Amino acid sequence: MAARTHRVLPGFGLALGYTLVYLSLLILLPLGGLILKASELGFAQIIDIALGERSLAAFRVTFGASFLAAAVNAFFGLIVAWILVRYPFPGKRFVDALVDLPFALPTAVAGITLATLYAGNGWLGRWIEPLGFKVAYTPLGIVVALTFITLPFVVRTLQPVIEDIETEVEEAAASLGASRWQTFARVIFPAIFPALLTGFALAFARAVGEYGSVIFIAGNLPLISEIVPLLIISKLEQYDVLGATALAVVMLALSFILLLAVNVLQWWTANRHKNDEPLEVAAAKASGGGE
Amino acid sequence: MKSNRATQEPRWVRYGLLTVGLGFLFFFLGLPLVAVFVEALAQGVPLYLEALKEPETRSAIGLTIGIALAVLPFNIVFGVAAAWAIAKFDFKGKSVLITLIDLPFAVSPVVAGLVFILLFGAQGWFGPWLSAHEVKIIFAVPGMILATLFITFPFIARELIPLMQAQGKDEEEAAVSLGASGWQMFRRVTLPNIKWGLLYGVILSNARAMGEFGAVSVVSGHIRGETNTLPLHVEILYNEYNAVGAFAAASILALLALVTLVAKTVVEWRMKRETEMLNAVLAPEKT
Repeated sequence: MAARTHRVLPGFGLALGYTLVYLSLLILLPLGGLILKASELGFAQIIDIALGERSLAAFRVTFGASFLAAAVNAFFGLIVAWILVRYPFPGKRFVDALVDLPFALPTAVAGITLATLYAGNGWLGRWIEPLGFKVAYTPLGIVVALTFITLPFVVRTLQPVIEDIETEVEEAAASLGASRWQTFARVIFPAIFPALLTGFALAFARAVGEYGSVIFIAGNLPLISEIVPLLIISKLEQYDVLGATALAVVMLALSFILLLAVNVLQWWTANRHKNDEPLEVAAAKASGGGE
Repeated sequence: MKSNRATQEPRWVRYGLLTVGLGFLFFFLGLPLVAVFVEALAQGVPLYLEALKEPETRSAIGLTIGIALAVLPFNIVFGVAAAWAIAKFDFKGKSVLITLIDLPFAVSPVVAGLVFILLFGAQGWFGPWLSAHEVKIIFAVPGMILATLFITFPFIARELIPLMQAQGKDEEEAAVSLGASGWQMFRRVTLPNIKWGLLYGVILSNARAMGEFGAVSVVSGHIRGETNTLPLHVEILYNEYNAVGAFAAASILALLALVTLVAKTVVEWRMKRETEMLNAVLAPEKT
């Protein structure tokens, strides 16, 4: 109660009240309506719908392609973040700004462009298809679209963390006899790993729900290249509102779990620096002291 | 240059990483961006301009701008209010509230559209009442505005909360104790402090509002000339094998994305400069 009497600034009640009412009306009430609608079905029936042949295949495609896309971005995103922070090269500011393109470019534009590029007669498709890879209108196309859409996440979560690494630690490791690779594997990588995982999780979470960019390049064949968001829409168009609701509620539950995981990861990243090992310990570890 | 050797990779590794990283960005970002404009102009400039003059394309542009403008004030008011409460005061359940604000980021756009159909659609909770009063929300513009509001909900608040937390509340407390009214304090102290952060959030949420596809697609009903935004119009033209028309419309959206990126970079630069100036002023003098 002491805090209440010491409050000098005005507007707390109004600001918090407005925030809560607006949040409740726009976000919580509609999501609550979805859950209420799903409860008409009951838990067993929801699971039944989600595990139907077509739905199960869609979940497998959605989560499999999202995982692959997030993994591709974790690998290349680490390299991109590293060169953007550490290496000088001409046009760096332009490249840095361009990384955010997938956030700014509408997903439908990305979808039709990627489909055109990777089609059999497209700029990339005409080189890739003779090699035996069909990208457009296959599950591989879904991975390509999701890789594009989620490209900035890993880069943007890693950049500030790499900037924060103090070069003294690397110098100490080197002076204790660590090779550059050992320094990377034992000092740098452990320091950036939580951020890498956060970026991966953010990319994965975004990819799972993506719709606009995927439908143009996927081919959308049931059981093969149909994603869950598309299946929800096609159920809706066949007036199977309950079926769509069941799938949506499962997606929502999985999104919640992912959001929770991202929050835990971010907390881990933020708290990591507090109990960092003393400089000498990290350096000694890198120089092979652990063996 | 000895210290350099210790903290830098061998030359071949550096060039290798640069090649792989920039090559990846070239194939995944550069090429698609160029392709939009090449495809739009594939049949020549006159046909491109012709495609842009189509009445349906023009009405789609109008609707896209209209929805973005309608959404903007809601997002600004909510963003500022939420950031004010969260950054300047302590209360129970604050971290839960922050997580809830992030919620729309985790929800699939398709699900975001579906929830409004369940509320306001013909068989939805409020459907019978709405149709009795001849109010149309689903398959009409109000539903598209609602879906866009849902999708763009977190953007401005997310930018302002960390910014206002970092700024603390000393300046506002000083203003109030010197006798400023709440409105005076906000206009003279808070707003100048947060203007770049606010603009940054506006840029991001606006880009999303104009480009949103999935959520708007579910509630729009795809009525040509009435409920077609530019991204939805791109889909229709593309599915009709009208490549020039589709990419012409897409090129406007791509230009918009480029403008967004430039504006975002400029604002980022301004924010960085202001923090640096602030730090220079606040830093204790070292002798």
